[in-house]
Amino acid sequence: MTKLIPGLFALALLLLGGCVTQPALRGTNDLGVVIERADGSVLIVEHSRGSVLARVQGLGDLSHGSVVFSRDGRYAYVFGRDGGLSKVDILTAKVVARTIQSGNSIGGAISQDGRLLAVSNYEPGGVRVFDADSLALLHDIPATAKPGGGLSKVVGIADAPGQRFVYSLFDTDEIWISDFTDPKAPNTTRYTGIGRAPYDALISGDGRYYLAGLFGEDGLALLDLWHPEQGVRRILDGYGRGERPLPVYKMPHFEGFAGAGNYLFVPAVGRHEVLVIERGSWKQVAAIAVEGQPVFVRARPDGRQVWVNFAFPDYDRLQVIDVDTLKPVKTLHAGKGVLHLEFTPRGDQLWASVRDEDKLIVYDTATLRPVKTLPALKPSGIFFTHRAGQIGL
Amino acid sequence: MPRPVSSICLAVLLVGCGAALAQEPAPERRQALTHLLKQECGSCHGMTLKGGLGPALGADALAGKDDEALVATILLGRPGTAMPGWERFLDEAEARWLVRQLKRGATHD
Repeated sequence: MTKLIPGLFALALLLLGGCVTQPALRGTNDLGVVIERADGSVLIVEHSRGSVLARVQGLGDLSHGSVVFSRDGRYAYVFGRDGGLSKVDILTAKVVARTIQSGNSIGGAISQDGRLLAVSNYEPGGVRVFDADSLALLHDIPATAKPGGGLSKVVGIADAPGQRFVYSLFDTDEIWISDFTDPKAPNTTRYTGIGRAPYDALISGDGRYYLAGLFGEDGLALLDLWHPEQGVRRILDGYGRGERPLPVYKMPHFEGFAGAGNYLFVPAVGRHEVLVIERGSWKQVAAIAVEGQPVFVRARPDGRQVWVNFAFPDYDRLQVIDVDTLKPVKTLHAGKGVLHLEFTPRGDQLWASVRDEDKLIVYDTATLRPVKTLPALKPSGIFFTHRAGQIGL
Repeated sequence: MPRPVSSICLAVLLVGCGAALAQEPAPERRQALTHLLKQECGSCHGMTLKGGLGPALGADALAGKDDEALVATILLGRPGTAMPGWERFLDEAEARWLVRQLKRGATHD
């Protein structure tokens, strides 16, 4: 009996332990991850009620942290500035796998079938591809050598249909497509001379168009993935010609196709403007004057509004553009250091991170009023799990 | 004869000392500059200054680099690259102070 009791006790402990680690039964499609850039942590949030569920620590330098999700919406893959790649279980709020895959990284993407993760690296420049389950390294695709030594930095990586990853080489003015249809023998197509210094890129929600912003010249590089044989073409060549661009204190970001109807909204580099491009003809329809240099330009899922945040020093506000009239309709003074914006899946809310005030603000997109504030430590990127089902996010 | 020389030396030292004191930004301003460095410069150079789109700015990376060139880069930027000039937001003495902090590796707030 005296021997049996400790045995029972151990069994009870095991059972209890099992209960504690078993996540509560729930879906994940109203969950999200918020990067806390200074502390190397992320918050797990939910947007049905608007609350913080947990904080996960130990993710390294997240000064340019970004996230993609597993296709089941349970795991967040967090890409850190220091080359860290972490797999976070958002139901148990635990890091289940982590690797330091390079010296300096900028972002990543997940393949169409959800089995491969591709990370775009600055140091050493190139793309590395990992098994999404184990984070084991599968392939290393070094970028082109720079004239001055080292390899080109890789930016703007996105997944495309057909098990492809598309990305841009900042230092050598290229766009590459790596096709992983045969995961053991990927095939890379290289487009050179696409325009000076592509700094970020996005892919349209239907996976057809890859669009890279150029830092070195006024224009954008466009690749039609239905017709890759046609090569990369330049659009909006010389926008704003004759005007002197302003100093750029923060690079704009291309994230998601801010498409609304037949229009596409992109940040103008070095200008206080959002450019509106007509899809198909790729002509500029309008240049909407805004209150600063746009960083993120994001369309509400129904396409009726576009929300914009700005580079330093105008990063204390957001502007809402009405797509019907192509005019700004509201300026929202969110606080110092508005770094990122994310819509809920059907666009009833917009969440904004306000770095210097250590908070997230939730806006009702119908009334354009804040409805909630949540504490977060120096928050930057906000990523909701419905991205798991979206091409290019 | 030794007398004038030493007084000149003393004068030079005093002036140098005075200039150095004048160049040290006030504590609040130092904090703001450190915040600017970590957060805004960090957008491109990494929050820990180990580099990103822009090069690393750690003490080892800057060792041997000319102070004047670094101050000019901060204030005026580097044409043909993504580095903008920051003269709208800080003056020369403040840029000089930042260079000293960077070279000492003392850039944490």
